[in-house]
Amino acid sequence: MAYSEKVVDHYNNPRNVGSFMKDTPGVGTGLVGAPECGDVMKLQIKVNLQTGVIEDAKFKTFGCGSAIASSSLATEWLKGKTVDEAGKIKNTDIVNELKLPPVKIHCSVLAEDAIKAALADYKTKWIKEGAAAASST
Amino acid sequence: MALKFPIFMDAQSTTPCDPRVVDAMLPYFVEKFGHPASRNHPFGWEAEGAVDAARAKIARLINARDPKEVVFTSGGTEAINLALKGVAEMYREKGNHIVTTAIEQRAGLDTCKRLERLGFEVTYVPVQPNGLVDVDDVKKALTDKTILISVMFANNEIGAIQDIAAIGKLAKEKGIIFHTDATQATGKIPVDVEKMGIDLFSCTAHLIYGPKGVGALYVRRKAPRVRLAPMIDGGGHERGMRSGTLPVPLVVGFGRAAEICEEVMPEESARLGKLRDRLQDAILGSVDEAFLNGDPERRLPHNLNISFAYVEGESVLMGLNKETALSSGSACTSSTLEPSYVIAALGASAELAHSSIRFSLHRFNTEEEVEWVAKRTIEVVRRLRDMSPLYELAKEGVDIKSIQWKAE
Repeated sequence: MAYSEKVVDHYNNPRNVGSFMKDTPGVGTGLVGAPECGDVMKLQIKVNLQTGVIEDAKFKTFGCGSAIASSSLATEWLKGKTVDEAGKIKNTDIVNELKLPPVKIHCSVLAEDAIKAALADYKTKWIKEGAAAASST
Repeated sequence: MALKFPIFMDAQSTTPCDPRVVDAMLPYFVEKFGHPASRNHPFGWEAEGAVDAARAKIARLINARDPKEVVFTSGGTEAINLALKGVAEMYREKGNHIVTTAIEQRAGLDTCKRLERLGFEVTYVPVQPNGLVDVDDVKKALTDKTILISVMFANNEIGAIQDIAAIGKLAKEKGIIFHTDATQATGKIPVDVEKMGIDLFSCTAHLIYGPKGVGALYVRRKAPRVRLAPMIDGGGHERGMRSGTLPVPLVVGFGRAAEICEEVMPEESARLGKLRDRLQDAILGSVDEAFLNGDPERRLPHNLNISFAYVEGESVLMGLNKETALSSGSACTSSTLEPSYVIAALGASAELAHSSIRFSLHRFNTEEEVEWVAKRTIEVVRRLRDMSPLYELAKEGVDIKSIQWKAE
């Protein structure tokens, strides 16, 4: 199976590989997939607690080239978006951008799941405290 | 010598034709184009003579008593289909049970699955963690309804070489027909249908530096005389077991390829074994948590299969595929997303089954190529581990199995 140019580019030059400390204020972590299925994605966002804007995003992925590319692309798109905007990223956007073939659509689904999981983690961890912090200043 | 890219190290999927094979084939396209079954003119006699000579060369390579025991097919898949379905149909009155292993190639497994749908019962004997079948397990699986034992000679992914002689002996004792899929072993290691008690033996030309599109099934004629129901009806060629005009150029190429293999086998297997060991030592010596799959001793000399924990196989291949042809799982199954069923059958975790890479060497690989492939593989695995969440967790001391993964 031949890969699209964009998949190859993200595989060769992945954007935003790395990790944040999970307890850093504003960081939300999503860990999705399963080793036995051959795909695990860890996606993290770092949100400015004042503005609600995602200032940085990082990923690490165990999986095929399309899984790596999907998560790499997701981190690129997340940066600069508000938390609400980030929640609107759909797997189909990733499929279209990377021109994923039908057998690789699950990679984009996993990336969307990873975004959702990171956002949810961010909200449970920081929204109340964030709001409190914002109101106390 | 300068390296030429891409480097081919996927010789258990196919091999390049040996130029000597191509030379032998060429006259049979334009000049000597006769039909080997044309009995009444020189064109036919010439073609028949060429086919007979090729048949004799293949018979010699596998030590068949009589060249007539070699039945040409379109390849290994057809040979395996003919062996299994041919026996099943012919001996149905006698019984409906077949014993095979869990690690046969797809042609064997899928044919058995079809036979199950037709009312046959199939026992898939498991393998030990080293990929070898315990002959006692085969023995225990036999019933008074068993009409066929089918065990591959050497595995296509991990190269594990089964104790074929012991299984052949068992089959003889019980009076059961014994088939072996020897597509990976033929021409690479000594095989002997007489000494090993083999009744049916499948092989293919394209894995022994011959052309694609031709294979053979050895069918024993004496002690016992094995009969097969044909799958293809027609002019009754190949002793009625496989009708159809023989592809004479391919058959001639197959014969020449077998002849060359017989000649060079001792030297070639020693050379490839050394290169393989070098590749193995270089990789296992530099990468932590890389595991050799299959028995370290009883395996094909040109095979190396390693699981790299925490990285997925296809992503490793993607990092190498501009310059090196390797495979993950097997070529037959890599279009699906399933992990290797062979590695899974060894009892490895599904994650390691997703992480297996097969290196398979061939006649024309060089030391320089081996060194280059080792170096690049190590680099790619390290790069992918740097972006693997599983490797990160493992380095933090987290037991990956303790995490509640949500499998989709």
